[in-house]
Amino acid sequence: MRITQGTFSFLPDLTDEQIGTQIAYAQKNGWAVNIEYTDDPHPRNTYWELWGQPMFDFKDPAAVLYELAECRKVFKGRAYIRISAFDNTWGWESVRYSFIVDRPEEEPGFALERLEVDGRSQRYSTRAYSTDKPAGSRY
Amino acid sequence: MNVVTPPAKKGRYDAGVMKYKEMGYFDLDYVPKPTDILAVFRITPQDGVEADEAAAAVAGESSTATWTVVWTDRLTASEHYRAKAYRVDPVPGAPGQWFAYIAYDLELFEPNSIVNLSASIIGNVFGFKPLKALRLEDMHLPIAYVKTYFGPPTGIVVERERLDKYGRPLLGATVKPKLGLSGRNYGRVVYEALKGGLDFTKDDENINSQNFMHWRDRFLYCMEAVNRAQASTGEIKGTYLNISAGDMEEIYERAEFAKQLGSTIVMIDLVIGYSAIQSISKWCRRNDMILHLHRAGHSTYTRQKTHGVSFRVIAKWMRLAGVDHIHAGTVVGKLEGDPASTHGYYDICREQYNPQNLGNGLFFDQDWGGMRKLMPVASGGIHAGQMHLLLHHLGEDCVMQFGGGTIGHPHGIAAGATANRVALEAMIFARNEGRDYLNEGPDILAKAAKSCRPLAQALDTWKDVTFDYASTDTPDFVPTVTAV
Repeated sequence: MRITQGTFSFLPDLTDEQIGTQIAYAQKNGWAVNIEYTDDPHPRNTYWELWGQPMFDFKDPAAVLYELAECRKVFKGRAYIRISAFDNTWGWESVRYSFIVDRPEEEPGFALERLEVDGRSQRYSTRAYSTDKPAGSRY
Repeated sequence: MNVVTPPAKKGRYDAGVMKYKEMGYFDLDYVPKPTDILAVFRITPQDGVEADEAAAAVAGESSTATWTVVWTDRLTASEHYRAKAYRVDPVPGAPGQWFAYIAYDLELFEPNSIVNLSASIIGNVFGFKPLKALRLEDMHLPIAYVKTYFGPPTGIVVERERLDKYGRPLLGATVKPKLGLSGRNYGRVVYEALKGGLDFTKDDENINSQNFMHWRDRFLYCMEAVNRAQASTGEIKGTYLNISAGDMEEIYERAEFAKQLGSTIVMIDLVIGYSAIQSISKWCRRNDMILHLHRAGHSTYTRQKTHGVSFRVIAKWMRLAGVDHIHAGTVVGKLEGDPASTHGYYDICREQYNPQNLGNGLFFDQDWGGMRKLMPVASGGIHAGQMHLLLHHLGEDCVMQFGGGTIGHPHGIAAGATANRVALEAMIFARNEGRDYLNEGPDILAKAAKSCRPLAQALDTWKDVTFDYASTDTPDFVPTVTAV
């Protein structure tokens, strides 16, 4: 299965040139660009690992793409990598976009677990198959 | 304006009838205080009634006045409590109509109560005989008053954080047919639409608890669908469970069940009333729940230009009352909404400060004092082929709801959902790249459709569908170029 989190998961995988256009958009707006990675793709896993600090002062997409390449050297094929943009404008102070740029080759997806309770009600729980293994050896 | 000619009077408080203008409700020299609540009404006086007197009458009848002089006014600091008509302008291009600006002292209003605000401003006065018609066009709410309300329980930013969805409008669909589906069949539509790529599905305004589908059945099957779709995509999904019901106890019961089943969002109809809306908004704050409002019924009083209440006022009241989503028009879809007015409504929902903008129907500056923003919802007769127009008019922070435009897809509901999602992501990507997406929209969609068959089918099915009718509710001011 293909996890469809993020702003552009329904488009074909993005090339570096395409990723660069989106980084330029963030920089033009004064947003800090982040590179994050994880091997726990649960939809409620908010805090992916940061690759370095948010890039508040980078003005050139090439600098971010360089960092992305470094991150890929370590994690390509073994984790999800996403790029996000953070806007510190008053009244927003949150993420402006977030899109996946790298995925594990195999995405085993999620199990839906049910606990039958209270008549017909159920408690649902989503479990990523990959997290059955310890962190770092999941993909 | 009075039918009876008042006898010559000696003083303000002599028994009998006198003109509202002379009773202290009209003062063109009055300068509104920063703490005054301001309202602008469109007044259409009966023949023979002068505009100033009609304006004074509206000020009087929406504050302290009755039809005759009462000596008990003298037991109060009556001047303080009288609303004042302080400006009367003819409506451009509409003979017989005037804009009457009225100022109300802050102390006339109970804090944190839309019921009290509306009972004053639109209470008795709309049936007042000397007026042929009356419309509340806009209001200015001083920040001291705004701060008495809690506002949206979630707001745009936190809703996005909670759903982990950024950088694009959210996508929804209303389940159709709106009546008659059993719970089991209804959940099927929800599952297919969410699995295919939508973020939300939605109950319609009149889906409550009928013989064909009791509410508990709907909630159970819908949450099965939501959780299945969440597991099959790895994305947070939601469905607006309509908890509107005949009494507040029942509304709370449905809300509690939605929460117990793990829903992220519940829905109410505007017709449940202002008190009920403020109550359920409180409940949503306590329970981390997003609150969707369907504006059911509003067109009965918002649509005609001469009489009623403008939707921009309803939007302001609902931001105060505290809802997270409000249907606010599509511009291009099947329901009423001219572009300029709709932009005005969207600004009321989403901005921290609305400067006066007569071209968009905003008569006053409005500072929201940091109050959370609410997400406008575009719903009714829209489809993937209009994506560039929708993004241009409505921007990024909204929910686009493609009901027929999802469920009516020739290859099924999931295909319809995928078509909409691909069209949206392609358009956002192109916008961010710096392309002229409004003019190149059809090309951008055609190119995206090459790698997405459902989008190609959607574009082909609805290529000629537009709803091009004249709007009835349009701003009265046209922006003009001023020579410097």
